Amino acid sequence: MSKLSHLSRLEAESIHILREVVAECDRPVMLYSIGKDSSVMLHLALKAFHPALPPFPLLHVDTTWKFRQMIEFRDQTARRVGMDLIVHVNPDGVAMGINPFVHGSALHTDIMKTQGLRQALDRYGFDAAFGGARRDEEKSRAKERVFSIRSAQHRWDPKRQRPELWRLYNTRKVKGESLRVFPLSNWTELDIWQYIHREDIPIVPLYFAAERPIVERDGALILVDDERMPLVPGEKPRLRKVRFRTLGCYPLTGAIESHADSLTAIIGEMLVARTSERQGRIIDRDGAASMEKKKQEGYF
Amino acid sequence: MNAELSPPATDVNTWLQAQSRKDLLRFITCGSVDDGKSTLIGRLLYESRLLLDDQLEALESDSRKLGTQGDELDFALLVDGLAAEREQGITIDVAYRFFDTERRKYIVADTPGHEQYTRNMVTGASTADLAVILVDARKGVLTQTRRHSYLVSLLGIRRIVLAVNKMDLVGYSARVFEDVERAYRQFAARIGLTDIVAIPVSALCGENIIEVGASMPWYRGPTLMQHLESVPIQDDAGAQPFRMPVQWVNRPNQDFRGFAGLIVGGSVRPGDLLRVLPSGFTSRVARIVTANGDLQQAVAGQSITLTLEDEIDISRGDLLAAAAAPASVSDKFEATIVWMSDEPMLPGRPYLLKCGARTVTAAVAQLKYKINVNTLEELAARQLELNEIGLVNLNLDQPLAFDPYTLNRDTGGFILIDRINNNTVGAGMLQAALRPAENVHPPRANRSVQKNQRACVLWFTGLSGAGKSTIANLVEKKLFGMGRHTYLLDGDNIRHGLNRDLGFTDADRVENIRRVGEVARLMTDAGLIVLVSFISPFRSERRLARSLLGPGEFFEIFIDTPLEVAEARDPKGLYRKARAGKIRNFTGIDSPYEPPENPEMHIDTGRVSAEQGAEQVIGHLRIAGMIDRDWVFIP
Repeated sequence: MSKLSHLSRLEAESIHILREVVAECDRPVMLYSIGKDSSVMLHLALKAFHPALPPFPLLHVDTTWKFRQMIEFRDQTARRVGMDLIVHVNPDGVAMGINPFVHGSALHTDIMKTQGLRQALDRYGFDAAFGGARRDEEKSRAKERVFSIRSAQHRWDPKRQRPELWRLYNTRKVKGESLRVFPLSNWTELDIWQYIHREDIPIVPLYFAAERPIVERDGALILVDDERMPLVPGEKPRLRKVRFRTLGCYPLTGAIESHADSLTAIIGEMLVARTSERQGRIIDRDGAASMEKKKQEGYF
Repeated sequence: MNAELSPPATDVNTWLQAQSRKDLLRFITCGSVDDGKSTLIGRLLYESRLLLDDQLEALESDSRKLGTQGDELDFALLVDGLAAEREQGITIDVAYRFFDTERRKYIVADTPGHEQYTRNMVTGASTADLAVILVDARKGVLTQTRRHSYLVSLLGIRRIVLAVNKMDLVGYSARVFEDVERAYRQFAARIGLTDIVAIPVSALCGENIIEVGASMPWYRGPTLMQHLESVPIQDDAGAQPFRMPVQWVNRPNQDFRGFAGLIVGGSVRPGDLLRVLPSGFTSRVARIVTANGDLQQAVAGQSITLTLEDEIDISRGDLLAAAAAPASVSDKFEATIVWMSDEPMLPGRPYLLKCGARTVTAAVAQLKYKINVNTLEELAARQLELNEIGLVNLNLDQPLAFDPYTLNRDTGGFILIDRINNNTVGAGMLQAALRPAENVHPPRANRSVQKNQRACVLWFTGLSGAGKSTIANLVEKKLFGMGRHTYLLDGDNIRHGLNRDLGFTDADRVENIRRVGEVARLMTDAGLIVLVSFISPFRSERRLARSLLGPGEFFEIFIDTPLEVAEARDPKGLYRKARAGKIRNFTGIDSPYEPPENPEMHIDTGRVSAEQGAEQVIGHLRIAGMIDRDWVFIP
């Protein structure tokens, strides 16, 4: 009897979760955030439903502050896999001129991501949304269920989460309620990289080290991705060889200095890494238990 | 990051190679409040050097603000995630933690000790291969230790690590450790837990967690980590017969119809004969389809898509099972239920039951008793409250294919869902199907039920060379292929053994058939479908054999071949010898054959082939309700 490796077990578990949602929910959608976890999740969906295409669209909640290379990669990917891609931007946020440089990361994230996501889910009537979150990312996520029930107001109530036994997921909900489903719950960052390597999954080039124009803000290395980046007098972007361990809105995402320009080099760096990946995310530093609070408000 | 620190690419490739062979161990930690579970896991992460710089910084600052360990790091803070429980200082939910070593990836379920959160412990245990049960060395085996051990055993975990913690607070005393271990083993044996490794540890001081501690030179066993690294991974599912609940039917176009699911038992190859349950149809595997190309074999734990050779009706919720060892099907069960809701479980109230990919409506017909998990006493009860465990009889509105939970967690475990508020209110483990008159448990019928069949005798009679054995062999092959349990009695295995002392006189022929009849009867008692292939020329002996069986259990099958035809075939040259006078008392030559007057089946070999004859037998059995789908179900 051949023994399955841990990656093959994780793969099978994720595929099982994806299929369960498609079988039991009316209108699922995959939140596609363009990052490496989304790339893996999309790859798993393609495998789960082969030879059919995954029977749901991709949804990207665009904050208008994503890296340009992310947007290019997003559109290429949708064309490559042949799935429908819905892009939603919170029009209220655009009207208010929400800008992370001016309004700070908390307000920007709330309006452009959290509110934007709710709008999109309501507008299309999706009753289940796949997200690429992993339990190893953050403390409060370690207790998140694979299937997380949200009220009609998209709120997460830690007391109402259902016990999950064996491989049995309770997908039942009343009208208006919806599910957030996390097929990558049991993956770690290292698993993700190993799997990208094993399956040769395309990822955004920003993950690989290259010379990029950088300014330093509060110790974070910020890429000057477009002209909206305000520079203080005398500040000059400097070309530095950097890469990103995690991708989000460019003003809120710090780069790391690196020479890792291949997958094996990235994995090599990870093996000696002493910093966890969310450190690059300014969003998590907004005070203790910040992620849990955002989640209760409907952030993914 | 300093890029010079990166290992060269060749090392990374070697490392990736090694990673591809790494396996996965899932375990749970449980014990009473304050036994130090979170500290233990925090310590495992810390000592495995899996904490990263920023996590350590956060831990240091949290320890100063919220910690209970003075200036020391408070490892419990690493694991206690939700803000609410930080304030209460206890873990109130299941948290999953991940760490890797060179050999394994680990998924740890940290489960709460508080009595009212038993449901979370059951949740954590349902997917674990091993349990680490913590005991405070000062307190020994407590009520909650017993409760958790019982739950662990109920959920099918066999491997136990007894971590006797806080050894630093008992002066690292060997006696204390030995007393706790002895008390625990005594209790554990009563609930069937015998695979126990006891380790004295101090999670707080890091003794015997990763490295051998200097404080307990008297202890010569492995550290916790050494044990986790070397314990064999329980692979019950792989050894079971093939099982795959159909999750989703994949129909991208007219030409493709695939059945998608995760294999929860055994393995499968193209050509394997599968039975669809509960319908009972069979077909062979045509392809095992994956995005990376077709597979020649797939095993338990893999998610695959199967196509079959025949167009048969299969939908979500059906179970694909090895035809030779199918699951049982019933709509009445005995099951153990763990209740997880504030609202009590009431007998008679309908709930939704989800098992595999199938959801049906179920009601508890009878609550036989609830279990006092501290004393293991069985108590009469009218309802089950939150966190109570009971043995029940369940009635389903539709049949369900299942295996006993002890054989397969996936085809034997289920959840109960409230139909109004959709909450998961209970979890259960199927134990056995029930017959309608469940108080009458004739062991004879039970053995048949266990084999998912009705025992009977197929008695093939006819002249030598008529084709009895050929047809009987074909019938047996077909029954076997349908997953039935059979045995064929014929001259070859009876005359050369049991009846070696008998000749061919009339008296010996009578005795021969009497013995064969008795053996056949015993075999039906054992639950088998028995095929008997003997000339058995006399009506009276066949009548005797029939009288040994119950009504409807004896099928006389007349293989009707004219003497000239049988004699012309003469496969063993016996007719020639008889005609030459070398064999005496040969049926049809110098001893009579009395054809049956009212056989259940009459097969005229002059008009049908052996294959058609065998099909005729199977068809008759089906009409008689012996192998029809109706009684794949237990009536």
